[in-house]
Amino acid sequence: MSLESNHPVRLSELYREVIMDHYRSPRNKGELPDPTVSIDLNNPTCGDEISLYLLVKDGVVQDARFSGQGCSISQASASMMTQAVKGKTVAEARDMVDRFKRMMHGDEEAGRPLGDAVALHGVSKFPVRIKCALLSWEALERSLEQLPG
Amino acid sequence: MIDVQAVRRDFPVLDQMVNGRPLVYLDSAATAQKPRVVIETVERYYAEYNANVHRAIHALGERATIRYEEARRKVARFINAPEPETVIFVKNATEAINLVAYSWARNNLAEGDEIVVSPIEHHSNLVPWQLAAKATGARLRFFEVTEDGRIRTDNLDDVITERTKLVAVTHASNVLGTIVPVKEIAYAARRKGAVVLVDGAQSTPHMPVDVQALGCDFFAFSGHKMLGPTGVGVLWGRRELLENMEPFLGGGDMISSVSLTESRWADLPYKFEAGTPNIAAVIGLGAAVDYLTGLGMENVHAHEQQLVQYAMAELRKVPGLTIYGPEHRGGLVTFNLEDIHPHDLATILNEEGIAIRAGHHCAEPVMRWLGVPATARASFYVYNTEEDVDRLVAGLHTAREFFGHVAGK
Repeated sequence: MSLESNHPVRLSELYREVIMDHYRSPRNKGELPDPTVSIDLNNPTCGDEISLYLLVKDGVVQDARFSGQGCSISQASASMMTQAVKGKTVAEARDMVDRFKRMMHGDEEAGRPLGDAVALHGVSKFPVRIKCALLSWEALERSLEQLPG
Repeated sequence: MIDVQAVRRDFPVLDQMVNGRPLVYLDSAATAQKPRVVIETVERYYAEYNANVHRAIHALGERATIRYEEARRKVARFINAPEPETVIFVKNATEAINLVAYSWARNNLAEGDEIVVSPIEHHSNLVPWQLAAKATGARLRFFEVTEDGRIRTDNLDDVITERTKLVAVTHASNVLGTIVPVKEIAYAARRKGAVVLVDGAQSTPHMPVDVQALGCDFFAFSGHKMLGPTGVGVLWGRRELLENMEPFLGGGDMISSVSLTESRWADLPYKFEAGTPNIAAVIGLGAAVDYLTGLGMENVHAHEQQLVQYAMAELRKVPGLTIYGPEHRGGLVTFNLEDIHPHDLATILNEEGIAIRAGHHCAEPVMRWLGVPATARASFYVYNTEEDVDRLVAGLHTAREFFGHVAGK
């Protein structure tokens, strides 16, 4: 690929194979019929949209799905986020949001426990795209805040 | 015609590498680059005669005031305003439109009245009217749009009626490139006694503008899109309307006398220029007007027309590329490439040193009408060349290969 050979580091750090895989075949895409909490969030400057649905029982995220539209980074990030958060306690999920944000500020180590989502660390070198990656994690953060009790 | 290579030498910002490639700037519809003469004019104000205008009884203040008022006369000539006092300096086109929405609309509209707006407006010429409608009980009504994004003019008398008190319409669309037949619309509006505001943010930088020939009542535009500094815009209005309007902002410089309980307003244009204005930007805009006048607006327009036609022809050769908007258009092309999101496209092009705009362009209703969440936009100005278009096309081929390859499509 001409582009990869021109800019081997930057672009391949952004568009990693695993990111493009999540973009092409998003996991957990669709609606949850009976979510404990759901939230719509959009990025008004660029038009990215996400709806996030969480099923939380006994303090554990049993299921997570998302719908919406956006660029490869926002879609892949949503897919990775739902995958990472499933089966985690609410406290663990909160910690993951915090770790993801730290990773977007350049702390790759913080992202280690986030599963595939650690591949998004390259986004931190593209400041204008950070908001794309953050959208679904912000939706998660707000959803967790809205949980009853 | 324009000697583009000579023009390019006047724009210091163009002479740089971005990600290892010479910069190709295709985002002038968002903001234009500045020629050296504008940058130096701003610098000279601060370095040689920085002072407040209309107040100081000293040499610097006198010089600043002269240059400030000189800029007003230049702008008036540039848009063929009948008198400089009807040219009001504001912050940008958005503020110019809001000035009319507050000072005129809120005092002249009532329940049962209609404001006619087009569905292809920038948010800046839509949201102020939504607010004015909410405040007065007036109703918004919309022009119809053809399939290729032109405002229908064969049914103007059905849309603009005796109820219509205001028609607010863009002169040139920032998304579709549509050039709106404002003269025809203004004629229909005035026959019904409606006031006409034209958003000239995307036309004034790119074509000759004559506010008297257009037949409108208000005309708004921004300085930064026409080679001037940010922070200055212009509202032109008919004297009789402006004189009967209440001020928009109260404060210094806009009064003729003030007591503790009431004030008398200053004459035009000062009634609408409360507080210390952006003096450097206004004087800089004067230099930008001189620069454009030197090139000749007919030449500027012809240059962009040639470029946009070349771009349309070349872009159509890129497989999977969709162009939005009418054939006849201003100097911009809005498009999508296959199902590559415009953000991804913009990032990949940026790696090639090419700056385009991606998103909804502050025109969400237009995106909804197109049925897409976002688009990419390349916009041209006096310093762009066919080579820039070729670089864009090459970048799009690269993006297509890259995404096809990585996404396994």
